[in-house]
Amino acid sequence: MENAIAWIFIFPLFGSVFVALSRYVNIKLAYPISVLSMAGALWAGVETLQQAMASPNHEISYLLGGWTLDLYPRGVGIEFRADLLASMIALIVLGVGLLVTVYSKIHVEKETPNKEAIYYSLMLLQITGLAGICLTGDAFNLYVLIEVAALTGYGLIAMGSNRAAAATYNYLILGTIGASLYLLGVGYLYIKTGTLNMVGIREVIEANGLADSATMQVAFVLIGVGILIKMAFFPFHAWLPNAYCNAPTTTSCLLAPLVTKVMIYVMIRMVLSVFGVEFSFESTIWVSCMPWLVVIAIVCAAFLALSQREIKRMLAYLIVAEVGYMVGGVWIYNYYGLIGSIFHIISDACMTLCLFLGAGIILHKCKTTHFDGLRGLFSRMPLTMIGFFIGGFSIIGLPPTCGFFSKWYLITGGMVSGRWEYMVVLMFSTMVMVVLFFRLIERIHLAVDESGKDLGKGHGDLGLTKEQTRFDEAPLVMLVPLLVSAATVLIIGVYNQDVVNQIETFLQAYDLPKGVEYK
Amino acid sequence: MEGGSLVSELFIERLNYCIYVILLLIGLWAMLAKRNLVKKLIGMSIFQTAIILFYVSIAVKKDATIPIYLAEHDPHGSHAKVATEENATENQVAYNPVELKPETVKGYANPLPHVLMLTAIVVGVATLGLALALTQRIYQGYGTIEEDELLDKLDRADERASQSPIIKEKRNAQRRKSTQRAKAKAAAGSVTKSNMAAKPSAVTKGKKKAQPKKSPSKTSATKAKPKPKS
Repeated sequence: MENAIAWIFIFPLFGSVFVALSRYVNIKLAYPISVLSMAGALWAGVETLQQAMASPNHEISYLLGGWTLDLYPRGVGIEFRADLLASMIALIVLGVGLLVTVYSKIHVEKETPNKEAIYYSLMLLQITGLAGICLTGDAFNLYVLIEVAALTGYGLIAMGSNRAAAATYNYLILGTIGASLYLLGVGYLYIKTGTLNMVGIREVIEANGLADSATMQVAFVLIGVGILIKMAFFPFHAWLPNAYCNAPTTTSCLLAPLVTKVMIYVMIRMVLSVFGVEFSFESTIWVSCMPWLVVIAIVCAAFLALSQREIKRMLAYLIVAEVGYMVGGVWIYNYYGLIGSIFHIISDACMTLCLFLGAGIILHKCKTTHFDGLRGLFSRMPLTMIGFFIGGFSIIGLPPTCGFFSKWYLITGGMVSGRWEYMVVLMFSTMVMVVLFFRLIERIHLAVDESGKDLGKGHGDLGLTKEQTRFDEAPLVMLVPLLVSAATVLIIGVYNQDVVNQIETFLQAYDLPKGVEYK
Repeated sequence: MEGGSLVSELFIERLNYCIYVILLLIGLWAMLAKRNLVKKLIGMSIFQTAIILFYVSIAVKKDATIPIYLAEHDPHGSHAKVATEENATENQVAYNPVELKPETVKGYANPLPHVLMLTAIVVGVATLGLALALTQRIYQGYGTIEEDELLDKLDRADERASQSPIIKEKRNAQRRKSTQRAKAKAAAGSVTKSNMAAKPSAVTKGKKKAQPKKSPSKTSATKAKPKPKS
């Protein structure tokens, strides 16, 4: 299938149109149409990845509308480029998108009644935008797609309560600042290089020796800060917890695993493919200061996560900490750090999805995600809890899960490049995650308060009566996506070498320091 | 401008860029520091407009024209004479696509930044529309678009939302008990003593009513519950 990369966009884009129109025919059609179009997109994503792996230089270039790349630099057409990294991240985006779409049936009917068509339509557009960010080869198109993803994201979040609208407002202000700074940076790049094609920009930079130019430095800072805001890096994280906690359940399941990770992908893409390794790491001071900012970010986010008493809010702060991991993996400037960073994007998307799906089920069944409302959940919903814990173990980094292997590479990178502060903070944050999740496990399994007092007596629905501990599993349509994502966490963990091989093939094109040879 | 002073370099040659930076900073300041939600959006608009000004400025070219219309290909235009000098067979070429040569390109302004800004304007309009809709919903939900008041209300709502379900349940049970007790007292009191008996319950009720005014979020939910039961 030659046009697989185009089908990735055609399926959800046209799907969203049909879904939006379905409310005039039969609103019940919205769900099957969106699931089908996501399944089609996922198939196209798999096809694209296979093509990229099969092609001799491990990348596919696709031009819509029959334009060419003949003219210097990189022609006039708008290019879609799927190298191994892009197609892997796009596949993750589409996979998460399909699982969440399947999962969303009951939640959407309950939380946004009579708006299902609009909701699914926005959701498909969101996935289109995110997949587009991964696959585009054009710096300005990247801006447009970032805004497509952001605008649909605002809509999806604001469909919750009034509180969600207030949270979205903050998200919108910060998101607009971030995206606008990126746009400004692209303008500076365009002044200097005369092209918007990502590969073209790098070719011009390298051919003309623009690395010393002040304009390039300004562009780098503007784009970098813009992306850091969009990915909720610690000092800019303020929008994230409120937006994700108050959003409709499905929205947080879709946005939490994807948006921040895709923005980290954009950062890696900018650093490696647009500015080039030499410029990004040698000509700027980011290498020396970013790891320390990462240390601050991870420590603060870990403590903030520790102080939360609600699962969803705790997970939101966990995301902020995980963003710190991945940003650190890039800026320790090391081959293994980058492998870890890219691998962590993949594994973090899977495990965050797992946790948010689990939290969504808990909210559906218990009407609360507060820690105090969790007692006895394991006997009620053993399968859900197993899926949830696999996600949790992966966040901690226990061996059979993929979280262990990505963290392994991150720590190796820190060690090889002599960034001890990054290594120490990873260890520290792992400890915090252990506390976080084992506290949850204790709450879920044991029927006692922290002080050892049984709080269940005489309070009806909170006590552990027989009624409450009876087997009461989540509906299949919610349970299956959760278990599939948990299985994915384990499978990626077991077959981690295959994933890492692909990442290594991708990184071969870039000249990164390996430090001492490790193996 | 050899030997040109800093003033002329900054404010005469690069006036556009100075204005764009000033507008950008005004917009950023308004977005971050203003306490009114609509004023923030005005700031956002200024911020985006500044970027548009920047992009348009980089495409400015003196004596340049738009790239679609070639003056020399217009047989009826004022440049018809120039055209005949360059191409003898003017009428044949007139409506055919023309390959641009470097010497003809000189007369054109680069269209790309303008095209990019068309897209950016569309994105900006969409963002602004969405933000205004959000502001309207915030106003409907919380009755204010002043950030300070809004934050107060949001904090209270968050506090209520993040309350432990155990504490919530306990408090509800207590409320239920106390209202039942008050009702029992009122029922036990005779018709003549009803005024006296009603007084304490009125006080407690007044307390409950006064509380919600200070913090409506805390008790409004619990207040609503016992009433239909009673």
